[in-house]
Amino acid sequence: MLSATIFSALFVFIIAFALLQSAELVLSTKSISELLFTSSWHPNRGDFGFYPFIVGTLSVTAIAMALAIPICLLCAIYLAEYAPSRIRGILKPPIDLLAGIPSVVYGLWGVLLIVPLIRNYLAPLAGVSSSGYSVLAGGFVLAIMVFPIIISVSDEVFRSVPSEVRVASFALGATKWQTVKHVVVRKGMAGFIAAVALAFSRAFGETMAVLMVVGNVAKVPSSVFDPAYPLPALIANNYGEMMSLPLYESALMLAALILLLVVAFFSIAARMILVRVEKRSA
Amino acid sequence: MWLSTLIVVGSLLAVFAVIILKGAPSLTLSMITQTPKGGYYLGKEGGILNAIIGSLYLAGGATALTFVLSLPIALYLNEYSGKSRFASFTRFSLDVLWGIPSIVYGAFAFTVMLFVGARASLLWGIITVTLFMLPIMTRAMDEVIRVVPSKLREASYALGSTRLETALKVVTRQALPGTVTAVLLAFGRGIGDAASVLFTAGYTDSMPRSIFDPVATLPLAIFFQIGTPIPEVQQRAYASGIILLIIVLLASLVSRFSTKKLMKYVVK
Amino acid sequence: MAQAGITIRKLNVLFGGHHALKDVSIDIPEKRITVVIGPSGCGKTTFLKSLNRLIDLTEGAEISGQVMIDGLDVYDERVDVTDIRKRMGLIAQTPSPLPMSIYDNVAYGPRIHGAKDGSSLDQTVENCLQIVALWDEVKGRLSEPASKLSVGQQQRLCMARAIAVKPEILLCDEPTSALDPMSARNVELLLKMLKKDYTIIFVTHILSQARRLADYVIFLYLGELVEHGPAEKFFAEPTDTRTRAYIDGVFG
Repeated sequence: MLSATIFSALFVFIIAFALLQSAELVLSTKSISELLFTSSWHPNRGDFGFYPFIVGTLSVTAIAMALAIPICLLCAIYLAEYAPSRIRGILKPPIDLLAGIPSVVYGLWGVLLIVPLIRNYLAPLAGVSSSGYSVLAGGFVLAIMVFPIIISVSDEVFRSVPSEVRVASFALGATKWQTVKHVVVRKGMAGFIAAVALAFSRAFGETMAVLMVVGNVAKVPSSVFDPAYPLPALIANNYGEMMSLPLYESALMLAALILLLVVAFFSIAARMILVRVEKRSA
Repeated sequence: MWLSTLIVVGSLLAVFAVIILKGAPSLTLSMITQTPKGGYYLGKEGGILNAIIGSLYLAGGATALTFVLSLPIALYLNEYSGKSRFASFTRFSLDVLWGIPSIVYGAFAFTVMLFVGARASLLWGIITVTLFMLPIMTRAMDEVIRVVPSKLREASYALGSTRLETALKVVTRQALPGTVTAVLLAFGRGIGDAASVLFTAGYTDSMPRSIFDPVATLPLAIFFQIGTPIPEVQQRAYASGIILLIIVLLASLVSRFSTKKLMKYVVK
Repeated sequence: MAQAGITIRKLNVLFGGHHALKDVSIDIPEKRITVVIGPSGCGKTTFLKSLNRLIDLTEGAEISGQVMIDGLDVYDERVDVTDIRKRMGLIAQTPSPLPMSIYDNVAYGPRIHGAKDGSSLDQTVENCLQIVALWDEVKGRLSEPASKLSVGQQQRLCMARAIAVKPEILLCDEPTSALDPMSARNVELLLKMLKKDYTIIFVTHILSQARRLADYVIFLYLGELVEHGPAEKFFAEPTDTRTRAYIDGVFG
């Protein structure tokens, strides 16, 4: 019992260490800033500029967050404050179900619905021509994938705001909306931000669904209608090739390490915020 | 505001609707009863039985292995460690692990595989998915065990039981519905994940025979089928998607159903 | 005076600086009901828990002193704590049925101490349920979840569960405070009947209940043992001013 627990406590470090070891090779050939900020990607020549991939990941994630945050905030407020409990009981299971749908299925759906949508409707609307396989497509699909995370955590946070403060607000003559806006959301904001941080780290590392709709072109995207090549997709697409070039393999492991560090950072930040929120309401 | 909720629920329905509509026509019996014959990916006959069974073996094996690790960890954290700093640190670590994308687990496992000189196989697929599932199942179990009322534990100790007896006979009984949910939740996540098995389980057109052979998995089957330029095969990808969805939904339903049945003895 | 059931010498309990029990020394009479009274927070529950070493489970608790049963100190290092707890049954304030059937609740104690399933165990369960006057009410539904019983029945079930391990001593921590008057009365009558076989230590903050039940009284105030004595004398002529004030209802 104890040994299993110790293992899980240290596991993160073990993973980081292993990836770092693999990444050593490519780290020794180029400096960090060269790796992170140049765009030339020619594995055969030993050129590994990660910049386009980093930008690709960031832009897809940013779009997803931009879409998800307002929708989820409103939805969580509705569920926590306005919905009668029967409706809440009916709505929560489907929303939780969204979290269970496998990544590849989301990818399929994206290819079927979102990509053509962008190609045939949204891009022409913006006066651009696009294959549909784009940052926007990735963002769309990712947004839906993170809905359940943000909503369920925020719902909990809003519901845990003690009723005394609500009552106090009403007693002063505030309307429901005023109470929600100025009291509940304000008190719950920290928790909501934590939920967003968690969702961000999920979106950042999401692989399959994004890979299937984002185009996988190793260039910095100049608009949301351009294709991009996020880090997870990079790793997934090239695992076959990397077997032949040790430097290539090392570079991909570096990509995995970067993912690990970013995700861990946001997870830790979110966790620390949530702990503070819990402490305050205890 | 309800509009936003509508959007959320609506997208769920949209996902299901589109996949089902597109994939249903291709969902034939042969899809689930046959393995790919020669030229399957070029449009010829066969099915994805290899992937279905492969996924079930892989996810099943991983779930069992994870359970064997998760339950002791969750019990240890709650019954033996309590509020110690070690427990907080472990929970913190588990939270971080929970957020790590499956592709990182895949990459990590791959590194280890190279180090020990192993080939992609069912065994390594199981190991990788176990690592991926571990934080998910443990965290969920931890939550359920935490809320077991302390007076139950006290009552058990007052009768003279040891910590282990209390943990196994009282706490797990009370937490049983939640534990089952945790297990099935992890199973659902594990069977649907492609990135963790991409490097580590390999792929094959035959049925799984040995734990040391590469094995086909449903998510990868879907991925490969949609990657071909041939429309019939792409159609089959959608049908395979339906199959995967059905498995995940089944897990969810079984979880809800058994929770209800297991609540019988739980003390409120 | 009756032979001492429990001998306590210089019992001190501290929680992180807070001195919960101060130098408590007393002889608790055997096979009598000893009632511990005092205002809330004066250490009554801590006192009970130090007797069966449930206090060990509280983090940061420091205990010193001796608690002797039959000449054996329960805090002696060589002692098996599960054995001690078996010899002392605890009935808590809020009934806490285990998440099992009625039968399994009563059988839990005997089973963990080695009893095998069979007619002997069945008999034990039936006897205990008879003693607490619950048998007739539940005999047809022993396999039903214990959580389905009413609160009063649950408390009696907990008592059956406690006596199933054949303790010598019963520790009762305000066992009627969660019950309606009728059920509370039943529990009191039950305890009066049980005292011929068990040494009972009963904590309460209801003075009328103390008067009804006590053979011997202990008054705890702010962790200190202020006064103790046979019930009649205690209530009629308390010697300490604090005792007098408490009994007269000035505080607590």
